[in-house]
Amino acid sequence: MSVPTHLRYTVEHEWLDVQGDVATVGVTAYAADAIGELVYVDLPAVGTTIDRGQACGEVESTKSVSELYAPVDGEVVEVNEAVLAEPALVHTDPFGKGWLFRIRVAGPVQLLDAAAYEALTGGE
Amino acid sequence: MSKQTPLHDVHRRLGASFTDFAGWSMPVRYSSEIAEHTAVRTAAGLFDLCHMGEIELTGPEAAAALDRALVGHSSKIGVGRARYSMLCDENGGVLDDLVIYRLTEQRFLVVANASNVHGVYAELRERAAGFDTELRDASDEWALIAIQGPASAPVVAKVTDLDVDALKYYAIVGGTLAGREILLARTGYTGEDGFEIYCRPSDAPQVWNDLMQVGTSHGLVPAGLACRDTLRLEAGMPLYGQELSREVTPFEAGLGRVVAFGKDGGFVGDGALSRRRDEGPDRVLVGLASTGRRSPRTGYQVFDPATAEVVGQVTSGALSPTLGFPIAMAYVRVGLDQPGTRLVVDIRGTRHDVDVVALPFYRRPL
Repeated sequence: MSVPTHLRYTVEHEWLDVQGDVATVGVTAYAADAIGELVYVDLPAVGTTIDRGQACGEVESTKSVSELYAPVDGEVVEVNEAVLAEPALVHTDPFGKGWLFRIRVAGPVQLLDAAAYEALTGGE
Repeated sequence: MSKQTPLHDVHRRLGASFTDFAGWSMPVRYSSEIAEHTAVRTAAGLFDLCHMGEIELTGPEAAAALDRALVGHSSKIGVGRARYSMLCDENGGVLDDLVIYRLTEQRFLVVANASNVHGVYAELRERAAGFDTELRDASDEWALIAIQGPASAPVVAKVTDLDVDALKYYAIVGGTLAGREILLARTGYTGEDGFEIYCRPSDAPQVWNDLMQVGTSHGLVPAGLACRDTLRLEAGMPLYGQELSREVTPFEAGLGRVVAFGKDGGFVGDGALSRRRDEGPDRVLVGLASTGRRSPRTGYQVFDPATAEVVGQVTSGALSPTLGFPIAMAYVRVGLDQPGTRLVVDIRGTRHDVDVVALPFYRRPL
C-alpha cells in the first residue's frame, strides 16, 4: 500500500495536505482498509473551532465505528459534501475524492512524514 | 500467531484484507464488502469457512450419545440430512450452536463455531462417555468452502457429478467436484440458496479455483467475513458470542423449537429448559429497524420511551446493504417485543427511535 510522500500524517491514521494556512484532511488508505467500506460519515460543521486531539466526527462502516480526531487546532472552513452523500468514496479514493474537511490552521503543526507513517503501519 | 487456512495464499493473490477471527487469519473482504454482500443476494459469493470445527462421531450409539448431549433429536435425522441444534449447559445456557449431519446410520459430523470447537469437543467427550461411540476432533481433516446466492446451483452443477437439483435444503451427499472427493451440503448462513462443500484441506485451493473459474461468468465473487456478518444479520440468524451465549437459553433467542423434550433418557439441561419453556423467558430477541442513518451496535442500550428505563441491549447491528436502513437484533423485556413497538437506542450519546420488526429482516424471493 503506497503512502503519498507529499502529504503529512498523524498516528490516528489521518493525512493532511497543508497549503499555506489551510489543511485538507482525510483518512489514509491503511485506515480506510481497516475500517472497511463506509456507510455513514459525520463531519464537523463549517465554522466550528476544533482543538488538536478532540473528537470531531465519526466514520461508520457496516462493521464498525471510528472517531475522527482533529489533527491540528483551527477552524473548519469546508467539508466534502460528496463524501457525506457517498461515504464509499473514502474507501475507493482515500487520498483524493475521499477527503473529509478543510481546516484553517491556528496552532502548531506536529505531523509525521510519509516515511515515519509507513514505519508506523509496518510498511504495508 | 493466528492459524492460516489452506486457502490463505489464494486470498492473498486475490488482494484480500485479513482479520483475526477465533485464532484464525481470515479474509474480511476482497474489495468492497457491500459489493460482495450484493453479489450474494443477486448472483453468488464464495466463502472460506475452513476455520469452522468438525467433530466426527461413529459407532452404534453415536445417535444416542448426541441425543443425550444436545438439545435436538439427532437419532431422528435421516441419513444424508442435516439439522440445526445446540449444546447447552445444565442451566440451559447455550455453549454453542451446531449443524449436525448424519452421513451414514452410524456416522455423524458435528460442525461447531471456530471459537468453541475445543470446548464443544471436550463437552461431547464427557457426555458421550458410556455410549458405544468414538469421537474425533476432525477439524484439521476438513476444509470448508461455501458458495451462497441464487447462482450457486447452476455453478455447482457444472463442476460436480452430483444431481444438484435433487439435493434438498439441509441435505448432504458425497461425490466429486472437479475429480476431488467432497461432501456437498445444501446449507448456509446468508439467507440465500447455497451450498457448503467439505473437502480435504489439500484439495481446497483446486476446489476454490474450479468454482471461481466456472462461476465468474455467473457473477460469482470471493466474499469475506464482513459481508457474511451483514448477510446473516439481514437473515435474522444468530451469531454465537452476540445473540447466543451461556447467559441465554434457546427460548430467549426465539429458538425453542430446536429443543426436543420427548427423548428417552433425557438430555443435559432438560430440567432447566423445561422450566424456562413453562415459565417463559423474561427477555426475548427482537429485530429493530431505524429510519435514521446511524446503526445501533453491539452492547448499546435500549430504552422504553414511555419510562426512559433501560429495557434491553443490542446484540448486533449494521446498516443493511439490501434494505438501505440500519437494522439490529436486541434482547428486550417481554411485553416490549411486539412488532410495531417504538423503542429508543442510545447511539454514542444520542437517542434514536427504532421500531420492533419481525425477524428475519430479509427473506429471499421464491
